[in-house]
Amino acid sequence: MSDTPFAVALELDADGAHSPSGAASGTLSPRRLAARGAAAERFGFTAVTFDDSPLPVADSVARLDAVQRAAFLAPLTSAIGLVPVAHVAFSEPFHVATQLASLDWASNGRAGWIAAASGTTREAAAYGREALSDDDLRRERDDVIEVARRLWDSWEDDAVIQDAATGRYLDADKLHYVDFEGESFLVKGPLITPRPPQGQLVVVAPADTTGADVTLVTGSGPAEITDAASRARAAGAPLVWAEVEVVLDARAVSAARRLDALGSWTDAGRLRYAGDADGLVALIAGLAASVDGVRLHVAELDVDLEEVGRAVLPALQERIGFRSPRAGETLRDALGLERSLSRYATTAVKEFA
Amino acid sequence: MTTSRRIQFGVFFQGVNFGTIWSSDRSGSQYDFESFRRIAQTAERGLFSAFFLGEGLRLREHFGRIHELDIAGRPDAQTQLAALASVTERIGLVATQNTTYNDPYDLAKRLNSLDLLSEGRAGWNIVTTDNAWTGANFRRGGYLEHADRYRRAAQFVVAAQRLWDAGADGVGTPVSVADQLVSFEGPAPLPPSAQGRPVLFQAGDSDEGREFAASSADVIFSAHPGLEDAISFAADLRRRLPAHGRAVDELKFFPGAQFILAATDSEAREKADWVTRAQVSPQTAIRFLEPIWGRDLSEYDANGPLPDIDPVVEEVDGQRGSLFQGRRALETAREWRDSAAAEGLSIREFVIKRSSLRTFVGGYSSIADRIVQYVDAGAVDGFNVSPYLVPEGLDDIVDGLIPELQERGVYPTEYVGSTLRENLGLPALGERAEFAA
Repeated sequence: MSDTPFAVALELDADGAHSPSGAASGTLSPRRLAARGAAAERFGFTAVTFDDSPLPVADSVARLDAVQRAAFLAPLTSAIGLVPVAHVAFSEPFHVATQLASLDWASNGRAGWIAAASGTTREAAAYGREALSDDDLRRERDDVIEVARRLWDSWEDDAVIQDAATGRYLDADKLHYVDFEGESFLVKGPLITPRPPQGQLVVVAPADTTGADVTLVTGSGPAEITDAASRARAAGAPLVWAEVEVVLDARAVSAARRLDALGSWTDAGRLRYAGDADGLVALIAGLAASVDGVRLHVAELDVDLEEVGRAVLPALQERIGFRSPRAGETLRDALGLERSLSRYATTAVKEFA
Repeated sequence: MTTSRRIQFGVFFQGVNFGTIWSSDRSGSQYDFESFRRIAQTAERGLFSAFFLGEGLRLREHFGRIHELDIAGRPDAQTQLAALASVTERIGLVATQNTTYNDPYDLAKRLNSLDLLSEGRAGWNIVTTDNAWTGANFRRGGYLEHADRYRRAAQFVVAAQRLWDAGADGVGTPVSVADQLVSFEGPAPLPPSAQGRPVLFQAGDSDEGREFAASSADVIFSAHPGLEDAISFAADLRRRLPAHGRAVDELKFFPGAQFILAATDSEAREKADWVTRAQVSPQTAIRFLEPIWGRDLSEYDANGPLPDIDPVVEEVDGQRGSLFQGRRALETAREWRDSAAAEGLSIREFVIKRSSLRTFVGGYSSIADRIVQYVDAGAVDGFNVSPYLVPEGLDDIVDGLIPELQERGVYPTEYVGSTLRENLGLPALGERAEFAA
């Protein structure tokens, strides 16, 4: 575990975690999005994540599509990971897999995916479908992850041969039907997009999910997070990240006073830190004994992004050897995850061996 | 005529078929983002109004096997356009999206998002499918009857427009749709962009397709680039507009075309010879015939005459293409054989001839003169160019043809606005006939 690089991801939704239902207009600005993405890369965060929901969260709150926001930042950045939420319950798995593979191409291998599942009656009505139970949602998430992974493997890395002598652009033997049969859908394949640069995107999901690379764990204190992390590892999670809410002393105003000024902050069951940068460094360094990374939900992006970037990331470099991703590196590289061959290629190689 | 004395260009990054040459050392990647960036930025340098991406939801097959000869493998249109939105400023970004295998609420929401992300530059090229073969990749499966595909498309578009327009009254405004093929209840997902709502493109050519375009489209991509053909096509569509409460300037015509250009006509003809031979390899020529003949023709020489045997007339795998309709294959094969024999064409020459109908070949100056004829006839508002090489395929047009067109006063010298709707010369939504009533 000690050779796994530690990750510090930043949630970039809305204007910050304190008010995801805050003023909608600012969150729809592509220029602000570009500025925040560039700042997060400049400070050296491992990745930025983008929340999303099947419907606007409240009646006055709108969001741009998370995969599109991530894609918009792809050509404007060169090192940072781009990890959007894409929902699984009412979307088409084939479209989701294609959109994410395309994000990986646009970012030269820096894409991840937070596989989210929600299936309320109101959401179902917008998609002309029935509401889903928690068990249905878990099954749907597992199935959509499985089919996306098969589709990302459905083109072998060297399926495009451009062989002028035989007139063949593709080698059909290196393209594969995935023939997925889940409880609620079938997908034939192959994908319409060549295998993404990372082969498999980095899949991020909550603890009760099969097939993720990164498991997100929550807890109201470090001890609960440690417990949740051990349970996730026991269940086979390759990497575990802790969810942490942050409000820092900034611009000569204490975190406590900032919180007072911001008003009540809905409890999402996450560990919340309010204080100075040194205290956050110590908290994260402590968590590093049990998790492979943290995802920070800062109260106000316009204030805390810079504060964490300026005062916390450099201190983590010294304290726990945190390393920012480098230009040209893939997200898998940055997280210490290996790139694998297509599952279908492995079979063919075995047959030849 | 309402058409202004002006021509525009769009560019279609195809990503499939043999129109794009992959076998040359000048052929770049069909899927690296840099190829898309280069084409989009070159188009923007040439003041193109729009950059288009196609959509195919299942890889083509040939006799039950993935088709190997042509370019295949492309990105999701809207994801790629969202990425291009951050490295372009004025060019329109148009996604081809299917009304059969998309969900109306989801698609309307994502198009609205792309429209905001690009600050009013999004367009939607509406296509329909009815084959169960494509449905094998989707939750719904192959559920739609052929007769229903345009009915669903029309209901889908109306539903999307209602969601977009409701956004102007506030995000969350409830929208309830209860048509036969499209029904849902959902809140308006996003506010409108600077252009009000995405511009709608359509390419249908059947009577149903034309009627659908007349009712809904802002721009029609036609398959009629020949001058006389373009004139009668535009006249037909314009005749249909009043019945839908629309004025003639509310529909623009952009036939698809390839341009093979050089400094002189003779150089251009030499280039065209190279281009068409690179597009139609001997194997591609044989494959072109096989869906009609319904059998493997690989034993035939592409440099020899068309097969003297008759086609198999039984449906073999559902993928023989639109030209194949039972006994009609027999007639088509005979007609092709006779026509090739009469002109003394080999299989490859015949296929080259049949597949290069949409091409303008000539020197910059003479092609500019021909385009002026189109402008004067009011037959087209622009051409949608499919470059034969990626990513350098637009350089000739931008550096050689456009200056000639500008000298003749038929091509813009700057973008007139910041949104796609403005740059296409479409009336603002509030000025349209339907709103004026």
